[in-house]
Amino acid sequence: MSDSAAPLTTADGVPLKVSLRRAVRRSKFKALLLVSPLLLFLMIAFVIPIFEMLSRSVANPEVVNHLPRTVAALEDWDRQDVPGEPVFEALVEDLLEGQEARNLGLLASRLNYERSGMRSAINRTARGLRTMDPPYREGVIEANARWGELDTWKIIQREARLYTPSYYLAAVDRQLSPDGQITRAPDNLQIHVNLFWRTFWMSGLITLMTLLLGYPIAFLLASLPLRHSNLLMILVLLPFWTSLLVRTTTWIAILQSQGVLNDVMVFLGVIADEARWQMIHNKIGTVVAMTHILLPFMILPLYSVMKTIPPSYMRAARSLGGKPFLSFRRVYFPLTIPGMAAGGILVFILSIGYYITPALVGGQSGRFITNYIAYHMQTSLNWGLAAAIASILLLVVVVFYMVFNRLIGVDKVKLG
Amino acid sequence: MIDTSEAESVASATSDQADAHEIFARFTNVQKSYDGVELVVKDFNLDIRKGEFVTLLGPSGSGKTTCLMMMAGFETPTHGEILLKGEPISGLPPHKRGIGMVFQNYALFPHMTVAENLAFPLEVRHLSKAQTKEKVARALAMVRLEEFGDRRPAQLSGGQQQRVALARALVFEPELVLMDEPLGALDKNLREEMQYEIKRIHASLGVTMIYVTHDQTEALTMSDRIAVFNDGVVQQLASPDELYERPENAFVAYFIGENNRLLGEVSERVGDDCKVRLDSGDTVIAKPVAVGGVGSRTTLSLRPERVSILHGDAAEQFDNQFTATVQEVIYLGDHLRTRLSVCGNDEFILKTPNAQGFGVMRPGQQIQVGWSSADCRALDA
Repeated sequence: MSDSAAPLTTADGVPLKVSLRRAVRRSKFKALLLVSPLLLFLMIAFVIPIFEMLSRSVANPEVVNHLPRTVAALEDWDRQDVPGEPVFEALVEDLLEGQEARNLGLLASRLNYERSGMRSAINRTARGLRTMDPPYREGVIEANARWGELDTWKIIQREARLYTPSYYLAAVDRQLSPDGQITRAPDNLQIHVNLFWRTFWMSGLITLMTLLLGYPIAFLLASLPLRHSNLLMILVLLPFWTSLLVRTTTWIAILQSQGVLNDVMVFLGVIADEARWQMIHNKIGTVVAMTHILLPFMILPLYSVMKTIPPSYMRAARSLGGKPFLSFRRVYFPLTIPGMAAGGILVFILSIGYYITPALVGGQSGRFITNYIAYHMQTSLNWGLAAAIASILLLVVVVFYMVFNRLIGVDKVKLG
Repeated sequence: MIDTSEAESVASATSDQADAHEIFARFTNVQKSYDGVELVVKDFNLDIRKGEFVTLLGPSGSGKTTCLMMMAGFETPTHGEILLKGEPISGLPPHKRGIGMVFQNYALFPHMTVAENLAFPLEVRHLSKAQTKEKVARALAMVRLEEFGDRRPAQLSGGQQQRVALARALVFEPELVLMDEPLGALDKNLREEMQYEIKRIHASLGVTMIYVTHDQTEALTMSDRIAVFNDGVVQQLASPDELYERPENAFVAYFIGENNRLLGEVSERVGDDCKVRLDSGDTVIAKPVAVGGVGSRTTLSLRPERVSILHGDAAEQFDNQFTATVQEVIYLGDHLRTRLSVCGNDEFILKTPNAQGFGVMRPGQQIQVGWSSADCRALDA
């Protein structure tokens, strides 16, 4: 079995490895054929969109495509003063062509992300070009003062490349100054970092809540006789079979200020009618509803681990002289750590990507970063920024997953 | 020791003779029911002397493990009392009983090393670090696993895990050790090796052991006394040789060792013997053990090695002699098993040593067999 020995061969002299490969090739091909529909589906619906999203978060084609002459003319610009007539001539030609093709809007939005006021600068100037005669420099600057500012040209020159980090910078509340330094965004635009932190700590809190609530239930499930545990399991799974929207809106009915819980509290005299608790459309609402919704994802991995712990371990610990709590702490609890980690990572990853529930019950203060991804996708139409935020979220999930895999092992995640 | 009632009085006489100090553990009239409908253990009585090795032997579901679990404190008796050193222990939780226990699948804690497993019972008793270390080392030496303290249980073989479980049950020096089919998961050779190992440790430490098994060989090899369980009742409580040589009822005879059964009814009692007319019409002289008067049904029990083949001249030795037809001969190396058809029984087994001078028998051959009435026990039907 030493390494220096000649490779093994079959009886007719073919190397054993080659022969083995030949033998399994057919069955491998068959297996591949069987999974190919799913593989194709995953490629189209999952892998390609993810790469599309990743590329969109850095893509920057607008200036290159819509101001080609301007960019060329700016090549030998000294960056000391507003450029001269040739650059303005090129700009006019580019804008005229863009207006003809009716695609100046993309360019206008893109430059507006970098420097406010650029949208109207481009749109208004383009509209007035028909009546303008050369030399253009003064006329264009007169049409909009932005063209007479040095920073405008620096930005145009800077953005004349196909990739940009500015979406990622915007996602963490940073921006590039016209000279290329990374600076903090103005205070009134500091929203994303806070939202990231809020998403993470609230997801952590939700994970902790599901663990505290789920552990005893999983323990009961694993230790009750089959007849009772089956019933309990149905109760655990029942939420899975109910629409997410139904579960979320039910919490609105229970928690709102004219809701069931407040009514009962007022009726019992615990709180005054005019001092009803505000439990929905804020952080409390998000935490309560999401804890409820994600609870099964904690219970099931915990249960699957606890089920494999034979009752004889606890009995052995007791017979060896361990008091009940000590036996639990020293013997049972350490054995459930893989289940807690599996449930924890599952709930945490699910909750940092949760969207509908925070949107419905989170109000302004209980919203997650995902709600801003949706906002940038649907309302502000800044897809680059949405893609950058989503990519950061994806990165965080991948990091958590890798840490988990290193510490516990992914094979421990089982649902029942 | 003629019939059951007398045997019972003998058994109770032994317990009466035993001095109160000598009795270490005692079950009195213990009953157990899980569902309130059926009794798993029906009226269990057992006195265990200090240092004794007692085995509870029986088929699965006979209630033996339940008795062990009641002693350990994991089940509570529905009725009756369990005494340990003269004190009732019903109210005592398992961790205060100070009883060592070896479980069926060892129940070694998988997240602790072997040494940590052994240290657990010492740590919960707040022993000092030095004392713990010393006792763990001594326990490991006792089971000859000195080198394995840092291993995890999963890195050990079945036999080694078994030895660790044994060491863990003994490391805190309990006076009583319970074992619940501890060798069930081992293969045959290892099982025999461990039987001697357990026996050696028992002899050297002098602890009292209660051992549960369904394997009669294991019980016969290791025990001072064996309680044979069936259907929640102790069928016979006796030493191994007593159980084998003088089973008191048909179940014990059937369960311990191999056994030829002949069914019939008592036709006549002659002195200490009785004549039994078999269903085939033949009459056998037997020793009445658990039979009623003339006319009552009985099962005759006869060990296969107590049946001899007759070669003519030695014929006078036996008071039972019959002609048998050879059905099958099985060669087993050191002995031959011959299946005979005799007295209407086609499953009659004859064991003969594979010694020189024994001719090979062929199926269909007619031979003469005989046995002594002293070896033929007339038991309950």
